[in-house]
Amino acid sequence: MDALVQNFSYYKDLVLVLTAKEIKVKYKNSLLGYVWSVLNPLCLAVVFYFAFKFVMKVPVENFTLFLISGLFPWQWFSTSVNASITALLGNASLVKKVSFPRYFIPLATVLNDTFHFVVSLPIVFGFVVFYKVHLTAAWVYGIPLLMVSQFFMTYGCALAVSALNLFFRDLERLVMIGLTVLFYMTPIIYDMSLVPEGFRQYFLLNPLFGIIEGWHSLFLRGHVDWGLYLVSLLQSLVIFGVGFALFKKLSWKFAEVL
Amino acid sequence: MKEPVIVFDGVTKTYPYYGYITAGLKMFLFNLPEAINHTKKSFTALREISFEVCGGECFGVVGNNGAGKSTLLGLAAGALKPDKGTIEIKGRVSPLLELGAGFHPELTGRENIVLNGVLLGMTRKRVVRKMDEIIGFSELEEFIDQPLRTYSSGMVTRLGFSVIAHLDPEILLVDEVLAVGDINFQKKCMDKIMGFRANGVTMVLVSHSLDQVQRLCDRAMWIDHHEIRAIGEPAAVCQAYQGG
Repeated sequence: MDALVQNFSYYKDLVLVLTAKEIKVKYKNSLLGYVWSVLNPLCLAVVFYFAFKFVMKVPVENFTLFLISGLFPWQWFSTSVNASITALLGNASLVKKVSFPRYFIPLATVLNDTFHFVVSLPIVFGFVVFYKVHLTAAWVYGIPLLMVSQFFMTYGCALAVSALNLFFRDLERLVMIGLTVLFYMTPIIYDMSLVPEGFRQYFLLNPLFGIIEGWHSLFLRGHVDWGLYLVSLLQSLVIFGVGFALFKKLSWKFAEVL
Repeated sequence: MKEPVIVFDGVTKTYPYYGYITAGLKMFLFNLPEAINHTKKSFTALREISFEVCGGECFGVVGNNGAGKSTLLGLAAGALKPDKGTIEIKGRVSPLLELGAGFHPELTGRENIVLNGVLLGMTRKRVVRKMDEIIGFSELEEFIDQPLRTYSSGMVTRLGFSVIAHLDPEILLVDEVLAVGDINFQKKCMDKIMGFRANGVTMVLVSHSLDQVQRLCDRAMWIDHHEIRAIGEPAAVCQAYQGG
């Protein structure tokens, strides 16, 4: 029991320093680290606004806020998955020689982007206030709840991608394509009301759908869509379970293939 | 006779040939039959290895490149799993990385000490408490708040050893890291290793320096072509290795 507590406090330290490393490195490359982490989704929002609202006149109300509330969570997911591709490769010397639970390495990657998501939330609040959408009490529990669901989903994907990439080193290209497909298959730049009715149910197969729609409903309409939330949470937990099991199964081979 | 703390019993470690897989999914799918065949074959890195290391002992391992020494350390550290046989370890194992592995060039010396110290098994609190001692040992006070990328390679290895020197290991796995920096610093490192020995730390030392093995170790083992060729008195083992 004592050893368990000791292990726990050591593992907590381990996750802490690994995550702190990721965050510090990102911020150290430039003093403008914070600006960089919000600039990307903001730029995307501007570009999509130009293309879809200004040029193509998509009939979505509050399109700017709509884009913002989908792009920031998307950024969290996609940068995490992207960074996890090389997470284990980049820590080869540790994986080969030290025996600590390897799932801490992709965990640090995901926590890094979780941190960036949290610090970029005030920007989203700013837009919400600017567009005079009400801040409601649902935000207080809605944000953490949605973050839990998205965290498990993201971590599950990160585990699977980081483990598989050690074995198939060209997985990177596939992940890139996969992320692009996923981006356009998720209602981030278009609203579900524009999707042909007979096709809408298929969106439930996309595990990001429930999460992104959840963010939309929270930021645009100020409430949590419980049914959708539970579906998305269930999907996230399944993905996390599969990712974790796969990672666990392969993790004994990591030191061999590196 | 002291209690054994590392026990290898009939340990065999094989690696499948991963060449076709790690070349990528495309290679794998386009050459599927060959690739599957290839993966079934395997390479034996260690065959039927049995030995014991007692508490407080310094145990040397010598052998040619590719004989299986690093695999042995990987197994002892728990980073690899044997295919056959059992490994029993009693105590906290501190594997020494290549010095500076796990460092990040963008972080300062001080930040890297914390990162490395925790990776090597210390708690954060302990590293912070030992910080001044570690910096003092490294003699890098002037540069400690500069990013590591501005350090010379000698300075990086010095910082690496300084962290290691302040670990509190029970079992230390050392892989060729004892020749560090200038003469003065080398002497300091050697003193520290001797200090560990005197304090009853169990050590497994992989080295190409037979001189070092004879000077430091209580017993030694010669691994050749993935099997144990000799085990016993360092002088005798080294002689056999040189002759064989």
